[in-house]
Amino acid sequence: MSSLIELSLKEAKSGLENKDFTALELTDSYIKNCEDSKSLNIFITETFDLAREQAKESDKKYQSGQGNNARALEGIPVGVKDLFCTKGVLTTAASNILNNFVPEYESTVTSKLFANGAVMIGKTNLDEFAMGSANITSHYGNVINPWKGEEGADLVPGGSSGGSAAVVAAKCSLGSLGTDTGGSIRQPAAFTGTVGIKPTYGRCSRWGTVAFASSLDQAGVFARNVTDASLLLQSISGYDEKDSTSVNKEVPDWCANLSSDIKGMKIGIPKEYRQGKDGGDDLPEEIIKVWEQGIEWLKDAGAEIVDISLPNTKYALPAYYIIAPAEASSNLSRYDGVRFGHRTKEDISSLDDMYEKTRAEGFGTEVKRRIMIGTYVLSHGYYDAYYIKAQKVRTLVANDFRNAFKDVDAILTPTTPSAAFKVGAKMSNVEMYMNDVFTVPASLAGLPGISVPTSLNKDGLPLGLQILGKPWDEQTILNVGSAIEKAACFELSPK
Amino acid sequence: MTLSKNDITKISKLARIATNEEEISKNIEELNGIFNWIEQLQEVDTENIKPMAGVGESTLRTRDDVINDGNIKDKVLSNGPDVAYGCYSVPKVVE
Repeated sequence: MSSLIELSLKEAKSGLENKDFTALELTDSYIKNCEDSKSLNIFITETFDLAREQAKESDKKYQSGQGNNARALEGIPVGVKDLFCTKGVLTTAASNILNNFVPEYESTVTSKLFANGAVMIGKTNLDEFAMGSANITSHYGNVINPWKGEEGADLVPGGSSGGSAAVVAAKCSLGSLGTDTGGSIRQPAAFTGTVGIKPTYGRCSRWGTVAFASSLDQAGVFARNVTDASLLLQSISGYDEKDSTSVNKEVPDWCANLSSDIKGMKIGIPKEYRQGKDGGDDLPEEIIKVWEQGIEWLKDAGAEIVDISLPNTKYALPAYYIIAPAEASSNLSRYDGVRFGHRTKEDISSLDDMYEKTRAEGFGTEVKRRIMIGTYVLSHGYYDAYYIKAQKVRTLVANDFRNAFKDVDAILTPTTPSAAFKVGAKMSNVEMYMNDVFTVPASLAGLPGISVPTSLNKDGLPLGLQILGKPWDEQTILNVGSAIEKAACFELSPK
Repeated sequence: MTLSKNDITKISKLARIATNEEEISKNIEELNGIFNWIEQLQEVDTENIKPMAGVGESTLRTRDDVINDGNIKDKVLSNGPDVAYGCYSVPKVVE
């Protein structure tokens, strides 16, 4: 039944409703493909037994006639980023410091996923504590992009939700959950030829999500197409009183209202997004080409293209690298070897000694680096010069968007300044951070963003376009994404 | 601005992360590289601009002060690395 994995989420759902196959058959097809794709290192924990149990429950619902339409994801296999707490299932955040953490509770978004009938195929690999843009900082090893480079070279899937992107690209699940703090859904989606959407900050509950930078962290989804993405996102969104930043707004039926008709819509093109990885006017030709192609597609669909300016774009990334580490250094202080997680086995002379050794052993290099940056910018004498300064720059970045959205309905940009790169590619820390140069500004402003695959570059690697929207207007970016998808006819299939 | 060996040692101490000579010299180079890049923020005019701590409303919701959870001691302690007599056990703090 290997052909079952070729079906989209919507097709699989109607196949289940028509009893063309069972949820267990569908799940088993995916498990088989997961087993054949082990070299990609997609999962930290496979939950195949749980998946089969959940699929059997779904089959009971379908057999009794309760499965049809009742629950949007009944019997649909989904990957879950190992940053979401799952009751009774190891949850590591890809860190050695949580190598034995089995939550006693379920995160709100996974609760919603299961309440909608989804089947969890496994907990996907990620950059440690979601800190990274290439999925090369995980304690559990690198995730490999299903798309291959020259002469079969291994490429990174992007990060931090690298496993959640790869699981969809490799057809090891029909969709997946990820989180996006500065681009951790949109950037890997672009690198793997998948659709990735991060909703407005406050749309999905952060309760039970391992915290990185609380004012930026937001759950979202990966899928094979925009329709599937809208359905998945809709099923994990909604108000939750357990998260103080969750916003009490009704979740629209994005899937039912999805339309590629964007006639008359105004699409902003920000001139500042022509900067490349070096910060100068060096955006690669292939990225410019894809962007211009996207503009043409939207024009052809009847949209009006408007040149806009977001003047503080260049400062968003350095501001982010103060704000996110500052929040991380505070959030990660909870890993002290007392209440949960790893504790050093070495001889210790004091409580502080225990903390220091535990944290030195438990955290990886990138996480330590960011805790150090955060600790420094929050320390006496530097707080105003760095942290408050960055927060003021954040205001300016958010104001840029607010002004732009007075004139446009959505903004179109490239998702990343390059295609996926090789595992082990030599780059400095700052060069690595530049991968998120186009995704971070919207994160600072809390705006919804989607990455849609458009085409392959000369090396046969996928590229994506990003659409940003007004707060709470996920529908518009889904619709523009749908228009791009329709025009691009992107064939998702790594060789 | 340049971070010195003393600065790195102090930050490691504040962050409660044990470190060694090799890591310190690596950190000096890497953190200075990052901070030199961050330094460009100083050229932005932020006079009279309010700092932005988060996206949402500035005031947090409140709720009635009633117990809505509890009696889950075993669950709370279940992931503790060293648990004894219903408590977390830590090295001696008071001499």
